[in-house]
Amino acid sequence: MDPSNPTASSDDVDVTAVIEADSLVEEISIDGMCGVY
Amino acid sequence: MTLLDAAPAPAPTRLVDLFEYGLDAPICLTWELTYACNLACVHCLSSSGRRDPRELSTEECKAVIDELERMQVFYVNIGGGEPTVRPDFFELVDYATAHHVGVKFSTNGVKISPDVARRLAKNDYLDIQISLDGATAEVNDYIRGPGSYDTAIRAMQNLADAGMTGFKLSVVCTRQNIGQLDEFKAIADRYGAQLRLTRLRPSGRGADVWDELHPTRDQQRELYDWLLAHGDQVLTGDSFFHLSAYGQALPGLNLCGAGRVVCLIDPVGDVYACPFAIHEDFLAGNVRSEGGFARVWRDSELFTRLRQPQSGGACSSCAFFDTCKGGCMAAKFFTGLPLDGPDPECVQGFGETALAKVKQDASSTPRSHVDHSHPVAARAMPGKVAISIGRRPGMSEGTGRIDLAAALEVKPNLFSGNAGMPVNDLADDPLADFRP
Amino acid sequence: MDLDRSWDLHPQVSVRPEPFGALLYHFGTRRLSFLKDRTLLAVVEGLAAAPTARAACRSAGVPDSELGRYQAALATLEGSSMVVERAS
Repeated sequence: MDPSNPTASSDDVDVTAVIEADSLVEEISIDGMCGVY
Repeated sequence: MTLLDAAPAPAPTRLVDLFEYGLDAPICLTWELTYACNLACVHCLSSSGRRDPRELSTEECKAVIDELERMQVFYVNIGGGEPTVRPDFFELVDYATAHHVGVKFSTNGVKISPDVARRLAKNDYLDIQISLDGATAEVNDYIRGPGSYDTAIRAMQNLADAGMTGFKLSVVCTRQNIGQLDEFKAIADRYGAQLRLTRLRPSGRGADVWDELHPTRDQQRELYDWLLAHGDQVLTGDSFFHLSAYGQALPGLNLCGAGRVVCLIDPVGDVYACPFAIHEDFLAGNVRSEGGFARVWRDSELFTRLRQPQSGGACSSCAFFDTCKGGCMAAKFFTGLPLDGPDPECVQGFGETALAKVKQDASSTPRSHVDHSHPVAARAMPGKVAISIGRRPGMSEGTGRIDLAAALEVKPNLFSGNAGMPVNDLADDPLADFRP
Repeated sequence: MDLDRSWDLHPQVSVRPEPFGALLYHFGTRRLSFLKDRTLLAVVEGLAAAPTARAACRSAGVPDSELGRYQAALATLEGSSMVVERAS
């Protein structure tokens, strides 16, 4: 996958999952962890 | 923290894969400051009500905060019981935020007067979460007790008036309130709050009412669709990751954080894997022991075990296991299901099948021995009378619990057996020091 | 994300190195960023001392062929205010 053009499709591959696995950064809210009420 | 050499980093993997093996410190954690509470909510995950005489002292609490600072725990969710009934509550919150530990505290609102709200609004590192389980007094008070709806709304009004925006309105989703999701959003919007919807677990007193209160399969789907439609505006505490098996995952880490990225410190310093798992099987250690909290987090046998790769067990052949990860450990444990099998609310229905097998032997359902419930709480639901007597701490083992079910016509008030109010031990009144 | 400008970590961000990379927590936005790579951590920690983001990448050992990937990562961090342009 070309990181400068992440919307280029890959045959029969879930593009979202590919992007997620390849990205060096992931972000969530501090509320995004289970086990905190 | 381990040091790596200059070798090229391995190819990045999914976030969930990195966290399953645990971290040197929690990212955030729940800290229950007291088991004392002015309410007696029927589903209380910590079976709170009476103060435990072994509560951590102010100095012991500060020592815990010092440890959290050293470990760079970013954020602590302070709860209870009702944390604001501790006389040193503000002192501890201020100490935490002054020591690089962000705080969100969870409250029923009883002490959030206009003056208190103004004081809280001044602290940029302090967030507040108001608990509410019904968009109307009728639905809410059914679970949380008479007057609790009004208390929560008043607290939210005071926070809004004090200029505090973005505080949290946190709801436990039940069969009774799933139809009120839009109204909850409207209430949150009205007071400038952010809505948070969370999952009911069969934990603490929740075990007694889970059969009656947990959402039906149709409601679960309705909730999922609603959450997808409201995107990032509505928080969930990642408590619905088991619903990712429907398709698109909801925002969040989407994995069980217990012992891996989160844990619980309870009022007497016991460290559990998760606030929904207050049971000796999930007790990792105590902060009062040598090495404090850090030693428990890093070296306890329980947490080491939880950080091993978890096999899917009976779920591993399911196509959705990779997304739902087998669901909630506490939900399985307290409904008597095996931990390596489906969640009781598995969206594929495998949990229902598993439960049917378990129900044939009711005595196999685990029950926590940690119970600080007020001495007598009579609970009634329309068409049924169920009486459960909470055990005092120190009482002998044994169920000590009597369940009666009778088709009686009763006013739908869960506290009607005690003139509408839970019995309160006057020698341990959690509001004794409260001057409104 | 302009690699040829100078950047800093936002002052309200706390950095916690981890074996896999790092955790970044922004006390103002209450957002969490996961850096999934120790080299990226080195880049981020080197921003303050470097004249440009490109220089920080080079100091951290990022090969030119990988610059695009690290630029994308820095762009994400810019988007969430984890890194901010240095006031000149």
